Amino acid sequence: MNKMPEIVLFFLAKIKKLALHFKKKKKMKEIMMVYYMEAKSARISGRKVAWITSGGPVEPLIAMDVIPVYPENHGAMIGASKMGTDLCEKSESMGYSSDLCSYARSDIACATVNGGPIGGLPRPDMLICCNNICGTVLKWYEVQARYFNVPLFIFDTPFCHVGYAEEVQRYVRSQLDEYVLFLEKACGKKMDSDHLKAVGKLSLEGQRLWQAVLATTANSPAPMTAFDAFYHLALIVTLRGTPLVIDYYTQLLEKMKDRVARGIGAIPNEKYRLLWDNIPIWPRTRWLSEKLASHNACLVADTYTSAWCGTTKYIDENNFFDSMAEAYTRIYLNIGVDEMARIVLEMVDMYKVDGIVMHSNRSCKPYSLGQYDIQKIVEKERGIPCLMIEADMVDERSFSESQVSTRIDAFMEIIKERKGA
Amino acid sequence: MKEADEFHAILKDPVSYGRKMKEQGRKIVGYFCSYTPEEIIYAAGAHPFRIFASGENIHFADAHFQSYCCSLVRGALEGALAGNLDFLDGAVFPHTCDSIQRLSDIWRMNVKGPFHADIVLPVKLDTESARSYMIDVLRKFRKDLASHLRVEITDDMLKNAIGTFNTIRRSLKRLYELKAENPGIISGRDVYAIVKASMMMDRDHLTEALPAVIGELEKKKGNAELYAGKRIVLAGGICNHPDIYRIIEDAGAVVVWDDFCTGSRYFEESVKDNADPMAAIAGRYIERPVCPAKHAGIFTRGENLLKIAKEKDARGVVFLFLKFCDPHAFDYPYMKEFLDREGIPSMMLEVEDQLPSEGQLRTRFETFVDML
Ligand code: SF4
Ligand code: SF4
Ligand code: SF4
Repeated sequence: MNKMPEIVLFFLAKIKKLALHFKKKKKMKEIMMVYYMEAKSARISGRKVAWITSGGPVEPLIAMDVIPVYPENHGAMIGASKMGTDLCEKSESMGYSSDLCSYARSDIACATVNGGPIGGLPRPDMLICCNNICGTVLKWYEVQARYFNVPLFIFDTPFCHVGYAEEVQRYVRSQLDEYVLFLEKACGKKMDSDHLKAVGKLSLEGQRLWQAVLATTANSPAPMTAFDAFYHLALIVTLRGTPLVIDYYTQLLEKMKDRVARGIGAIPNEKYRLLWDNIPIWPRTRWLSEKLASHNACLVADTYTSAWCGTTKYIDENNFFDSMAEAYTRIYLNIGVDEMARIVLEMVDMYKVDGIVMHSNRSCKPYSLGQYDIQKIVEKERGIPCLMIEADMVDERSFSESQVSTRIDAFMEIIKERKGA
Repeated sequence: MKEADEFHAILKDPVSYGRKMKEQGRKIVGYFCSYTPEEIIYAAGAHPFRIFASGENIHFADAHFQSYCCSLVRGALEGALAGNLDFLDGAVFPHTCDSIQRLSDIWRMNVKGPFHADIVLPVKLDTESARSYMIDVLRKFRKDLASHLRVEITDDMLKNAIGTFNTIRRSLKRLYELKAENPGIISGRDVYAIVKASMMMDRDHLTEALPAVIGELEKKKGNAELYAGKRIVLAGGICNHPDIYRIIEDAGAVVVWDDFCTGSRYFEESVKDNADPMAAIAGRYIERPVCPAKHAGIFTRGENLLKIAKEKDARGVVFLFLKFCDPHAFDYPYMKEFLDREGIPSMMLEVEDQLPSEGQLRTRFETFVDML
C-alpha cells in the first residue's frame, strides 16, 4: 500500500477509537455510523467495497475482508430521512419510470449526485447481485455496472414456485464456487476456507439470535414492536457474519427477556395485536406507530424482518458453505404465494394476532402481487381481518395520510367489535 | 392483402379459434412469453397457443392483482378467470419478470388448469453453469409434459419439431426482410397480424400459409411502388395495438423492423441441428437477442438495437412499453442514450390496457416523424 498521508492515518485512528468506544455501548446508531465511515474510507485504508443485494450471500465477502455495502439499506435510510421523493424525481428526469422500485430509483439518482443522508455510498469495486428477492435488482445492478464500470457477479437463485428442485441445487451450488473464484480474482488473494467456516458459524448464530429476539414478541404484552424490529434489523442485514452482531443481539435479547419477565409492554396499553406485511413505509413509520398506539394496537410481528432468519432450517452448521445454496434460494420472497400464505398463517398463530396490516407497496412487485390472495386465505382460514394500505416504502408521493388514517380507524373499529372492546 | 385475412381472423377472436381446435380433438397448451420451448409442446403432439391479454375490461383479475401490474399479466388472468381459456389442457410459465412470476402462482392457485408447468430458466445466459442448468430445466419440462399428456417424446419427434419451427422462423424473417426492402408491399398491420397469429395458428397449417403470403409478396416486389415513408424501428416487449401501425403510416413513416418478443426476437436465430435436441433449444435461447428480464452482458440490448437501426437504415426508433413493465423501463435510459450518441432520434410511448386517444397519438407521431 502507498504511504498514507498523516491526516488519513489520523482519521483512521479516530474511527478505530470510535469503534472501540462504541463496542462497549453498542448503540445501533453509532455502530452504523462507524460501519459507514469505515466503508467510506475503504479506499484510503486499502480495503475493497462490494455492493450487495439485501438477500445476497455476504459471508464470503466478510471472509475476504471486503466491506459489504447495501444499496437497499441505504434506500431505507433515504426513505426514513424523507429524502426519497427528491431523489426519485431526479431519477425520473434521468429517464427512469416513476413506476420502478423506489430503492432502485433513489440509489441510481443518488450515485450521480452523492446525495442522501450520508452523502452517497462509497464507490464499489464490485457488484454482487442475488436475485432471490426480485428481478428488479438484476436491472438495477446492470445500471450501476455500466455507471461505475466495475465487475458484476450475478448469483442466480431460481424461483421456487413449489418445492426445491435437484437441478436448482446443482446450479446454485456451482455458482458458490464461481462466486469464490470471482472474489479471489477481484481481491487478488485466495479464500481462507477456515475463515469462511468461522464467518458461517457467526452468521448462523446471528440469525438464530435475531430469530430469538423476534420471538419474544409472542408474549403479551409484546416487549417490542415491529417498528423496533425495523430499527434493529439493520445489523443482521449489513453485518451478518461478524461478532458485532452477536454481541448486539445477545444484549437486545436479554433486554427483551427482562421486559417479558417484568411484564413491560412496548406500548402503554396493548389491547390489540397486529401483524405487518411488506417493507415498512420508511418516511411514515413514526406516524404509523403513533396512529396504531392511539388505538392501543401493537404491531407485534412482521413478515419483513423475519426474512433474515427464515431459512436457518436449511443451514447445516457443519457445512455452512454447501448449505448456503438452499438457504439463500428458499427465502421468503423466492417462494410461491401459497407457501408465503402458509408462513403468514404460522405467524398469525404464533404471535396470536387479531388482524393483519398489509402494505401494498407499489415499488415491490414480488412482495405485493399475491397479497390479495394471501389476504383471502388468512381471512378464510383464521377469520381475522386484513387491512390493505396502498403506499410506497420511500416515495412519499404515493402516500395519502388522511386516507390511510380513515382506513385504519375503520379497520380498528372492526377489530374492536370482534374482540368485544 | 387477402392472404393475411385468416391471420387477422384469428387475432380478432383467438378464443373461438382455440375452442375449434379443441373440438377437433387437439390438446392445447397455453403459454406466456417467447422463452417457451414450443418445440417440445409440438413434439408432444399438442398445440402451443400463446396467451395475450384478453383485451376485455378487467373485472375478475382485480381481485388478485393490484393496479400497478402490467396489463399483459392482468389481462391474461382476466381471460382465464372469465372462462375464455377453458379449451386449454395446460399452461406453461417461463420465469422472466416479477409479474409473470406471481401470475404463475396466482394462476396455479385460482385457475387450476389440468397441467401447470413452470420453466424456471436461469436469469443469466452467459455462463456455462447457466447453460447446463437450462438444459436440465428443459429436460424436466419434456418429461413432465410427456407424462401429463401420456405420450412419449422421442428425439426424432423433437428433431422434426425443431425443423418445423425453424421453417416458421425463417419464413417470418423473410416476411420482415421483404417489408424492410419494399416497405410499400404490405401494411404494418398485416405484418403484425401475421406474426402474432403465428403463435396461435395450427403450426402445420402455418407452414403452408406463410409461404403463400411470402410467395405473393415475392411476386409483387418487382413492381411495387417506391414507398416514401420515413423508416422507423419499434422497440419494446409486446405490442398489443395493431392501430399503432396505421397511425404511424398516416403520419408519414413506416415500421421496417422491431425489437419485440412478438416480433423479431421471436424468429431470430434457429435451433442448431445438434445431437441433443434439448441442448440445441437451450443454445438458441442463449444466442438470440436477449429480453431485458434476462442477462447476457450489460450492453447487449443497446448494441443490438443500434445494429438493427443501422442495418435497417432506420431514421428513428419508437420505444413502445406497457406501463408497469419493469424490465423494459430499466433499460430504456441507456438504450436511448446509445441511440442519441449515434444521432438516431427516438420517442417513447407507454401504454396501459387502452391506447391513448387517436388524436393524441396522431399528434405525437406527426411531431416525431416531422423531426426525422
Ligand atoms: S423490487 Fe422489492 S425486493 Fe426488489 S429491490 Fe425493490 S423493494 Fe427490494
Ligand atoms: S418481454 Fe421478455 S418476459 Fe415479456 S413476454 Fe417477451 S420475452 Fe417474455
Ligand atoms: S416483461 Fe413486462 S410486459 Fe412482460 S409480463 Fe413482465 S412486466 Fe409485463
